[in-house]
Order: sequence, then structure tokens, then C-alpha cells
Amino acid sequence: MSKFLTASIGRKFLMSVTGLFLMLFIVVHLTVNLLLIFDDSGDLFNVAANFMATNPAVKIMEPILGLGFMIHIIWSFIISWENYKARPVKYNKQDLSNASSWSSRNMLILGALVLVFLIIHIYDFYWKIKITGSDLLPNVVINGEEMHNTYLLVSTHFKESLVFSLLYVLGGVLLGLHVVHGFWSSFQTLGINNKIWMSRLQWVARVYAILVAVGFSVIPLYFVIKF
Amino acid sequence: MADKILKKLYIKVWRQNNAQDKGRFETYEIENVSTGSSFLEMMDLLNNNLIEKGIDPIAFDHDCREGICGICSMFINGRPHGPDTAVTTCQLHMRKFNDGDTITVEPWRAAAFPVIKDLIVNRSAFDTILQAGGFISVNTGGVPDGNAIPISRDDAEEAMDAAACIGCGACVAACKNSSAMLFVAAKVSHLAKLPQGRIEAKARARNMVAKMDELGFGGCTNTGACEAECPKSISISHIARLNREYLVAKFAE
Repeated sequence: MSKFLTASIGRKFLMSVTGLFLMLFIVVHLTVNLLLIFDDSGDLFNVAANFMATNPAVKIMEPILGLGFMIHIIWSFIISWENYKARPVKYNKQDLSNASSWSSRNMLILGALVLVFLIIHIYDFYWKIKITGSDLLPNVVINGEEMHNTYLLVSTHFKESLVFSLLYVLGGVLLGLHVVHGFWSSFQTLGINNKIWMSRLQWVARVYAILVAVGFSVIPLYFVIKF
Repeated sequence: MADKILKKLYIKVWRQNNAQDKGRFETYEIENVSTGSSFLEMMDLLNNNLIEKGIDPIAFDHDCREGICGICSMFINGRPHGPDTAVTTCQLHMRKFNDGDTITVEPWRAAAFPVIKDLIVNRSAFDTILQAGGFISVNTGGVPDGNAIPISRDDAEEAMDAAACIGCGACVAACKNSSAMLFVAAKVSHLAKLPQGRIEAKARARNMVAKMDELGFGGCTNTGACEAECPKSISISHIARLNREYLVAKFAE
């Protein structure tokens, strides 16, 4: 196993494994978030958010998730820098438009934009819920259990600012563009692909990417349109 | 259909005296080019004109001119082997261009493929990778009977598809990361699918990938540009097989 993590395929292996893990997290995150639009009293979402905040298994996964993000982000910059160095003199004219998809060529840019969004997103919600607190976070009692009214914080943000809501739509679309390549690419890197599965995985990647982009966009749009 | 004549073309071509030279673009005019001529024939005509004018002709690689040797290597109008699919530069015809066009011609660009002169790059890095494991070791002796080792037709076809690689380097030239993964994948794959190749499979994958990294090729990000520009249309599914072979070999260490 010597030098595995510094070899080209070893580095990609790390990107792939962390990428798959993060895509699994996205599914969980989106599922919980969608509860926002299925119960306007907010109870459904609050119970789910409280479960995610207090369940021991989720608590164990939280630092692992953080580590997954760190590795995925740091390695992406290392890999991109190494790849950039492999062509010291650039082409005067290069046309890749027919040969490869736009998102596959711009994973670093898309990833960096998603990272910017992620930082804003953490500041908007996670930071306020876990650390600073907010006027919009009174405690509520649901089924005899006292918990944060996270629904109030989230829904108020979306209802009050159109710009804020559109930023979240943009975040969803950027993430969709990132995973449309990332999804099938992870399997390819792990060697779990062949001529038959190539088109299948790319098809599933499109479905997954559309679900992510539409799923995350629907939530802010729901609050903007309904309220 | 009779071939048309392109009255005038402008060839913007990379000129570089040697590996140390910084290099520059020069634009030359060429008149009356038949659309039936190949790109290399056009280059020959241009060089004739340059020699008559006392200008050093443009150095470029060419050999069989039948699309099988893999030595021609020009990056034409932003694409390796120019604006056609599944062909080498020698099989590219001037009918792909229009009268009055400016055609940009560059050498392959990669740290591992240094320019020797003008459009000629040193592709011996590919040979070095092959020497690291792109072979099977056989003892001398009698030739075994061909039917003694049964191989399924699918495996034979898959191995042959990979073996179609002519080592031209278009995959490296096309890749935004200058990665040699499609080349290495083709060379690993055509042996991996055959029983003779299985014996040294682990060492092959490990050593060839290590050599590829050492020589300064970039990593694969699965954009698929290599397959799209490969004159032999070698599938990136071979890269999946290389990844599989490599990971299995590494985890077995």
C-alpha cells in the first residue's frame, strides 16, 4: 500500500469514496428538508430536525461527515494543482466542447462555488442553531418534548427575502451540476463500471442530479410563492 | 463528385527551433489546395513553398500515412488530429475546411511530451510506461498450440478493442489534465482480458501507473475527451478496468 494516497489513482480513490459518502448525506439532508413543505405548522420538520440533532448515531456521523467534506475539498485542490502542472505550455486554441461535458471540465469551479454556498448556508442555519442562537429560535413543545422551533428560523428566512431564496435555488442548481458528473465518475474511479453500465450509471446520475437540483430549489420557491 | 479547390488558406503554425527555444506562431498562406488532399499533403505543399522561399520547412511527424502507425500528431483547430472523429491527422482531409479559413496547428502540449522541433514532440514517455509492465514474460521454447488455451470470443474482442491503441498520444493531448490514463488503460486492458496476461496482472497495473505518475502525466477526471478524440475510439470503460486492476493490486500489497 506504499504511496497509495499520493498516487494519481489513490488520490482519485479518496475523492470518489468521500464523494459517494457526501452524496449519501445529500439524500438524507434533502429528505429531512423536504418535510418543510409538507406541514405548514412546522411540527413535522421540527421533530425530524430534533431527531437529527439528538440521535446518538447521527451525532457520531457528524464529525465523520465534517472529515469527509475536508478530505474532499482539500484533495480537490491538490489534484487540480497537480493536473494543472501536467501542461506547462497551454494550447493557443483548444476546443473540448464536443469531446466532453461542461460540468465534467469545471468540477473544481462548481465545487468551489458549492463550497462558498456551503459556508453561507452553515452561517445561516447551523451556526445560529448550534452556537449563537437567534430570536427566531424559540423553543416549542411537540408531543411533550421541548425542542428548537427550527421551522420558524428556516421559513422566516425564505419568506422574508427573495434574494436569500434565489441564492438557495442557485445552490441547488450548482450542486446538481456538480453531482451529474460526480455520481457516475465515482463509480468509474472505483472500477465499478463497464461498457454496459456506463450508460446506466450516467442515466442514474442525471436522475439523481435533477432530484437534487429540483428538490433543494422547491423548498425556497414554495415559501416565496405560497407566503 | 469532383474535388473542389480551396483558393486560399492561412496556416497559423507553431515554430520552435529546439526544446530550449521559447517558440512562436507564424502564419503562412497557401493557395489552391484540393479538398481531396490529406492534411499532411497540404503540409507537404506548404513546406515546398517554404523551401522555395528559403524558409526552414515545418518539422512534423509522419510515417505510414494509412492511419495505423500512430506517429502523426498535430493539434489542429483546438483538437488532436483535427476536426474529424476516429481518424489520425494523415486520414484528415482538406474537405473538412473552407476557403479562406485560418487553421491553427500546434504540437501536443504536455509536460511529459516535450517539443523537439516545431510540431514534433518526444513521446518516448509512452515507451517508458510500456517498459514498466506492458508485456508478458515468456520463456523460450516451443510455441504452444493456439487451441490449447480457450478464450471466449467476447474476451478476445474486448482485448482486441484495447489493443487497437496505436500510441499516438491524442488522449494525452485532448485531456485537460494531460493524463495518459486511456493509453495505460488500453495497454493494461488488452492483456488483462487474456489468460497469458493474468500472470503478471498485479505488478503490471502497479508499475505502469507508478511510471505514468513519475513521468509527469496528470490524473484522470473522467471527462471522456480522450475517448472522443481517440483515432481508434478506445472506450473509457478500459479506464474503469485499469482502476479495478490497480486497486485490487494495491490492496493486495
